[in-house]
Amino acid sequence: MDIIVYLIPVALGLGLLGLGAFLWSVKSDQYEDLDGAAHRILVDEDKPLSDQSDLPE
Amino acid sequence: MTAFVDATQPGCPSGLAPPSTSLAGDLSAFVREKGGVKTLTLSVRGAKCGGCLSKIETKVGEISGVRGARMNLSNGKLVVNWVGATSADQIADCVSNLGYGVSAFSEDSSAKAAKSEERDLLISMAIAAFALANIMLLSVSVWGGHGEMGEQTRKALHGISGLIALPVLIFSGRHFFQSAFAALRHGHANMDVPISLALILAFGVSVWETVTGGAHAYFDASVMLLCFLLVGRFLDARLRRQTQAAAHELAALQNRSLNRLGRDGQVEAIRADQVQKGDRILLAAGERAVVDLKVTQGSSGIDESLVSGESLPRTISAGETLYAGSLNLDQPLTGEALGAVSDSLLSQIADMLEAGEQKRARYRQIADKAVALYVPFVHTTAALAFIAWLLMGASVHYAIIIAVSTLIITCPCALALAAPVAQVVASGHLFKRGIFLRSGDALERFAEIDHIVLDKTGTLTLGTPELISEHGAELNLAAQLARASRHPLSRAIVAAAGPGPIADQIKEHPGLGVEAQIGGESYRLGSADWVGIEDASVSSGPSLWFTGPDGASIPFRFEDQLQSDARETLSSLTQQGLTAEILSGDREDAVAKIANTLAIETWHAKVSPTGKAERLSDLNASGKNVLMVGDGLNDAGALAMAHASLAPGGAMDISQSASDAVYSGGLGAIRTVLNVSKKTKAIMLQNFGLAAAYNCIAVPIAVTGHVTPLVAAIAMSASSLIVTLNALRIKGGAAWT
Repeated sequence: MDIIVYLIPVALGLGLLGLGAFLWSVKSDQYEDLDGAAHRILVDEDKPLSDQSDLPE
Repeated sequence: MTAFVDATQPGCPSGLAPPSTSLAGDLSAFVREKGGVKTLTLSVRGAKCGGCLSKIETKVGEISGVRGARMNLSNGKLVVNWVGATSADQIADCVSNLGYGVSAFSEDSSAKAAKSEERDLLISMAIAAFALANIMLLSVSVWGGHGEMGEQTRKALHGISGLIALPVLIFSGRHFFQSAFAALRHGHANMDVPISLALILAFGVSVWETVTGGAHAYFDASVMLLCFLLVGRFLDARLRRQTQAAAHELAALQNRSLNRLGRDGQVEAIRADQVQKGDRILLAAGERAVVDLKVTQGSSGIDESLVSGESLPRTISAGETLYAGSLNLDQPLTGEALGAVSDSLLSQIADMLEAGEQKRARYRQIADKAVALYVPFVHTTAALAFIAWLLMGASVHYAIIIAVSTLIITCPCALALAAPVAQVVASGHLFKRGIFLRSGDALERFAEIDHIVLDKTGTLTLGTPELISEHGAELNLAAQLARASRHPLSRAIVAAAGPGPIADQIKEHPGLGVEAQIGGESYRLGSADWVGIEDASVSSGPSLWFTGPDGASIPFRFEDQLQSDARETLSSLTQQGLTAEILSGDREDAVAKIANTLAIETWHAKVSPTGKAERLSDLNASGKNVLMVGDGLNDAGALAMAHASLAPGGAMDISQSASDAVYSGGLGAIRTVLNVSKKTKAIMLQNFGLAAAYNCIAVPIAVTGHVTPLVAAIAMSASSLIVTLNALRIKGGAAWT
């Protein structure tokens, strides 16, 4: 059962990692526009990948 | 997504919102500048989908000097950063030309405070949830190893749980402790007092158990209690912020700027809130007055339909007073501001609003009543259990454990979630149907309505006249004159005739009509006496006369048309047993006609704003729960007096802020609001019933000493889950929309 000496801190550490990620996402305003974020991934600009003049001859 | 977006098509490509191009004055007063970079926040209406996002951001981004344009689809805010000479109006025009309504947005401090409160609660909730998951992990192993686990191991696991729980209780629990402390200091108790007591006692007992090597520690129960309570608190804060944001959004529509004439004769654009008494204001044709003005120069027709309910314009000239909300129709006017914007309301209306606010503040929500029952009940039960066990010879330690487990298990989780979850689900449901709730408790008041009072102009009717007489070629001739005028009757002729040419040498005579040349011949379009008609008896209701060079006159007759769904809505409301009446400031014949068409027996015409409020207080006194629906400044007092009130989206800002909800679209919204509210109230009552039933089972178990931490955990999560799932039923059922 000595293994729990490692496992409990590891479990807590992983949990803290997730918590930290969540707090970061809250603080960086990622929950301010839930509708917009859902639509934004579908926005697809129809632009040429590169300027034609840059292409090699 | 962009594949089917046609950038030339105005408005939202998904068709979810109609295109609009309303643009509010000069926006340069709302630009903030920092280090050469100018920032403007616009409130965009009508953007509903990803197509709108890319259309607006791309087009605005193409304007020269623009560094970035970012649109928030949830609240319709567009933030633009740019450098150089580009003006704010160019940016607003660009969005407006794409088919969206634009107004300036300035965030106030209350919105910021609400946002930081919501964020605080979300963070506290996340931390409590993290602690709960980890403590539960340890608790499950304690429960699972019951009887086999050595005392040292159990003690260690309890110890770790306690170490996780302590900082979390202090950090996430502070919301409750602070509020409970504040309440106790003022000598009364609120919901947070029993919550704080349960949290502290549960933690204290668990520490004692851990130190003495006892079998049961309640760290998991106390953190779970905290977590569920924070969920309820968070939902409540979120709903309040959303309703507040909706209210603020409406106020933003009125974020107009106006033109002030300086002493040197220079015209300067200022924000409406910068106006001071005595400022000379220039009111262009087509502009709506933001402050009360005493006209000093010029003469023009003004549309006062939002102020008095009168559907026909009147002429105003120097020396007369022009009230805020009036629309200047034909000629520029110069006037002196009679006060700042906040003073520009008729003082009696402001007084009535205050009276209404006070009345509403006294309204007791179901949740308040439930808490008032709950708090003494729980404390008495816990105290009685403590005394009873002592009398029966149990140790003080055991009696305390019983009392604490009673406090924990009769947990207010279900109670804390019962109302907020239902309100959040209902307001989201209404929001999707174009109805913005301005307060959560309004739902309960809407559910109690038994009588409806409706304003006529702009509420039952469209508020704009339509041509009802039949014409041939003369319609196109008249339209050539009408196209030059902003008078509502002229606009109605143009609407009937469609696009076309404009006549030459147009001269508009304020309050009289338009004179112009077509093909070298002189024509007139205007009031009967102006064109030379003495017997105007042909027409009932508003009319215009058109005379040609031959002197023959043709009448054009108009009518303010009913909202398309007015009849259907009213008949279905009547079927539900509600009574209705019309309260209008308009002329008697106009009101009688509408009342007849809609089969409404009670109607009052030519009612003054005070008269409207008096009628409402009479109805209140007779014990009726009245729903007031109105849009004008003259309705504001009545809206505030009513048990619950609704305003259409095009209403005056004061009417919108006096009402509980604002709807867009037709009158069908009334039915939706009432039905959803009734269902929400039923669900809330069910939820409180479920919470009570749960307590009926839980209390005997706790008092008799059968609550282990495992039982507490299961009971708490089960009751919270049931209440939440029940609230989600509001969304279902198409029959309720």
